[in-house]
Amino acid sequence: MEETIRFTLNGMETELVTDPNQTLLWVLRNQLGLTGTKYGCGIGFCGACTVLIDMEPVRSCMLPVSEVEGKSVITIEGLASNGELHPLQKAFIDHDALQCGYCTSGMILTAAGMLMKNPSPTRQEIIEGLEDNLCRCGAHNRIIDAVQTAANEMEGGK
Amino acid sequence: MKRKEENIKEMNRDERFTLKRRSFMKMLGGGIFIFFRPWEALDLLSIPAEQARTLTKDYNTFLRIAEDGTVSCFTGKIEMGQGVITSLAQMMADELNVPYEKVKMVMGDTELCPYDQGTWGSLTTRQFGPFMRAAAAEAKGVLLDLASEHIGAPAQQLEVIDGIVIDTKDNRRKVSYGQLAKGKKLEKYLDVKPPVEDYKKFTIVGKPYKHSDAKLKVTGEAKYTGDLKLPGMVFARILRPPSHGAKMTSVDVSGAEKIEGVKVVRDGDFIAVVSENRDKADEAIVKINAEYSFDEMQVNDKTLKEWMLKTDSGTNVVRTGGDLTAGRQECDKIFEHEYQDPYLAHAPIETHTALAVIERDKVTVWASTQSPFGLQDSITGELGFPRENVRVITPFLGGGFGGKAPAQQGVEAARLAKMTGKPVMVVWTRDEEFFYDTFHPAGIIKLTSGIDKTGMIKFWDYNVYFSGTRGADAIYDIPNVKITSYSEKRNAPVHPFGTGAWRAPNNNTNTFARESQIDIMASAAGIDPLEFRLKNLKDEKMIDSLKAAAEKFGYVAGKAPSERGIGIACGTDAGSWVATIAEVKVSKNSGKVRVNRIACAQDMGLCVNPQGAQLQMEGCLSMGLGYTLAEEVKFEGGNIRDRNFDSYQIPRFSWIPKIDCVILDRKDQAPQGCGEPAIIAVGASVANAIYDATGARLFRMPFTPERVLEAINKV
Repeated sequence: MEETIRFTLNGMETELVTDPNQTLLWVLRNQLGLTGTKYGCGIGFCGACTVLIDMEPVRSCMLPVSEVEGKSVITIEGLASNGELHPLQKAFIDHDALQCGYCTSGMILTAAGMLMKNPSPTRQEIIEGLEDNLCRCGAHNRIIDAVQTAANEMEGGK
Repeated sequence: MKRKEENIKEMNRDERFTLKRRSFMKMLGGGIFIFFRPWEALDLLSIPAEQARTLTKDYNTFLRIAEDGTVSCFTGKIEMGQGVITSLAQMMADELNVPYEKVKMVMGDTELCPYDQGTWGSLTTRQFGPFMRAAAAEAKGVLLDLASEHIGAPAQQLEVIDGIVIDTKDNRRKVSYGQLAKGKKLEKYLDVKPPVEDYKKFTIVGKPYKHSDAKLKVTGEAKYTGDLKLPGMVFARILRPPSHGAKMTSVDVSGAEKIEGVKVVRDGDFIAVVSENRDKADEAIVKINAEYSFDEMQVNDKTLKEWMLKTDSGTNVVRTGGDLTAGRQECDKIFEHEYQDPYLAHAPIETHTALAVIERDKVTVWASTQSPFGLQDSITGELGFPRENVRVITPFLGGGFGGKAPAQQGVEAARLAKMTGKPVMVVWTRDEEFFYDTFHPAGIIKLTSGIDKTGMIKFWDYNVYFSGTRGADAIYDIPNVKITSYSEKRNAPVHPFGTGAWRAPNNNTNTFARESQIDIMASAAGIDPLEFRLKNLKDEKMIDSLKAAAEKFGYVAGKAPSERGIGIACGTDAGSWVATIAEVKVSKNSGKVRVNRIACAQDMGLCVNPQGAQLQMEGCLSMGLGYTLAEEVKFEGGNIRDRNFDSYQIPRFSWIPKIDCVILDRKDQAPQGCGEPAIIAVGASVANAIYDATGARLFRMPFTPERVLEAINKV
C-alpha cells in the first residue's frame, strides 16, 4: 500500500507517494534521484548511506521512509548552499581526503552531524565520531585532517 | 591449428576495430584523431600468453583534439580510486604542451576505447604510461606539421606553449591546437616506439596534482554504476546457494510470486526476482524456498594448514643458486620455521554492481569492473551476441583492489536483461560480495635458512604452498638459494571457493615470511635488524630505501628484542622497492597491538604524481593493517561465515598510525608501480615490532589478540 509522506528534503518541502516500508536509502536513490547516498552493507555497519535527519547522522539503509514524515533530511546533494561548497566538502578536496570516493558522502555527513554537536572536536573526538564509517582505500588520516580544517574554518566564521 | 585460430582472432579484431572506429567517429564528431599502438609491444611486455593475444596489432589508444582545444584521451584503463585519471592526464598534458585542465580522460568503454587487458598489477603508469607519452610526443609532431602549414613556417621553428603553436622567429604568428582542429576530421595512425626520455623537460609530470575527480566525489555528483537509471529499469536479486559446492535439488518460488510488484524469472538453476522497488526484491528473494545437496571440501579456517599440507600439489622450482647442502655446512646456526596466512576478502565499499539493457540486437552493460574488455568477452560467450554488439562501460569504481577483475555481476545483469526484456540493475548485497569474492588465497611458507659466525646468510630454502610466488624471491645476497612453489593441481583442488588477486597478490605473505625469518636470524646473531639487512644486501635500491626509511623514522640501532616495539621489513613489488619501519605498543594483558607510527620509503622510479603516489602509499599502509591485525575469512567447507563488516573487521580510524612517507628522487629512471608496493611490508614490520616489544614471535597472520597472547605466553 502506498502512502503520502511529507518531509523536508535538502531544504525543500517534499511530498512523496510511495511504499512506506521502503528504506529511505532506496527511495532517495531510486525515486528521488539522489544517488550521492550509497549502498555499502545494507545493515548499518559501513556508514556509506549516512544522511542527516533533523541534523543527526542516520544510516538510511535501515530506516523505513515513513520514519522521516515531518522531519528534515539532508543528503550530500543538499550540503552546499547557493553554489558554495560546505567547508567540509572544501576541506575534503584540499586535503585530498578520498580515493575511490564511495564512502565520502557518508563521511562528510557523519562529520557534519558531529560538528553541529561539537564544533571544535579534538583529533581523538573526530576519530571516535567517524569510527563506524568504513573506508577501504585508506584515506583515514586525511579525512581526520579535513574534518579538523573544516571545524576550524566553521568556528572562524562565527 | 593454434596459429590458425590466432589468425582468425586477429582478423576479427581488425574487423572489430574498423567497426568501432566508424561508430565512434560518428559519435564523437570532428577534430583531429590520432591513433597509436605500441611498437612490437609483445617483445617488451611480459604478460601472460592468454592475455597477450589481443594486444598484438590493435591501435592501443587514441587522442582526439577538439575544436575548443580539449584533448581527449581514450583508454581501456579504469579509475577505481588509484588516481590514474589524474596521472595519465598529467603525462599527456606534459608531452603535448597543453594545460593539464585541457586533458580529458575517457576510460573503460569498450566501444569508445581501444582494447586493454585490465587495470591491475600497478601497470597503468609503468607499462601503459611510456607508450602513451611517446604517442603524445608523436601526436605533437603531427600537430606541428599542421601548424607549420597553417603558419607558413618550418616545424622546427615552432614551439608550443599551453596548446598554442608559436613561430619562434615571429611570435605574432601563432595558432592554437583547437584552431588546427576546426572543421577537420583528420585521422593519423602512428606506430610508437618506446620513448627515449628526457626527464628534465617535464613541467607537469613530477608535480603534485590532487585528484581531478574530487569535486564530483564530495558533492555526490560522481556516477558509479549503481547511480545510473534507465526508464523501466528493475532491480534484481538472484537466488544464491548457501555454500560453494551446494547443488539445488528442489525449489519453491511461490512465496516470492505472491509479493506485489515482483516477478520471478528462471533459467535452470539461475533464479531471480525483479522489481522496480529494490526493497521488494529484497523481501521476495528470501521467500524462495530451495533445498540443496552438499558436496563440500572437509576443511575450515581452523583445519586449513593440515588440509593444505596433505593436499597433493604441483611443484615448481622458481630459482636455484649454489648448493644448499654446501651452504648448510658453512652455517653456525640453522633456522627452520613455518609461516601461515589466511584467506582475505577485498571488501571494497561499493559491491559488484552492473546495469544491463538490450536494445534490438545490442546489449550495453555498465559495470563496476577492473576489466571491461574481459567482461565484454564473458557476455559475448554467455549471450551468444557478436562481440561488436556487446558494449561495456565503466563508470567510477568504488574500490577494486583486485576483487573487481572478475565481473560475474555484469554477466548476470546481461542474462537478466535478456530474460526480462527490461533494463536490469544488479547490486550485490554485502553478503553476496563476501560470498562471491575471489579471496586472496591462504598459504603456508616453510623456510629453512642459516647464518655463519659473522652473521652472513649462507643458505635459504624457501617453499611456498598455494599462495603464489610474487615477492617470493630472497632479495638478499645469499650464495645458496632454492625457491620452490607448490601450487594447486587441477585434479586436486585445495581452495574451497574462488581465489584471485588481492592488492600486491601474495607478496604480503611472502614478505611476511622472508622478513620475519631475517629478523629471527638478526636477533640470533645479536645484530641490529637494520644492520643485519644492510650487511646481507647487495641491491643498492633496497639499501637506499632502507636507509631512507630509517632516516625518516629516526631509527636508532638496537638488538631485538629491545622492548621499544620497533620492526623493520622491506621488499620489492610492481617494479618498486619499499622499506617500512613500524612502531607498536602491545598490551601484554590483552594481546592487543596498536601501531603508533609507520615510516615507509619507496623507490618507484620517476614519480609522475607525487601527491597521488603519497595517497597510494598511505592507502597501502592503512589497508595493510587489516591483513596484519584482523582480516581472516572464516569458513566451513564452502560456507563463508563472514558475510558483513560485523565479523570481518577492516581498518578503522582508531587503528591508523601516524604515517610518514618518503618517495626517493629517481627522476632519471622509468616510472614503476605504485598502487601496491607499500602494502607488502606492513605485516612483516609489525610482526618484527611485536617481537621487539615482547620477545614473542608471530608465525601466523593476522596477529589477533589471542595469537599475540599465545605467543607471549610461550616466551
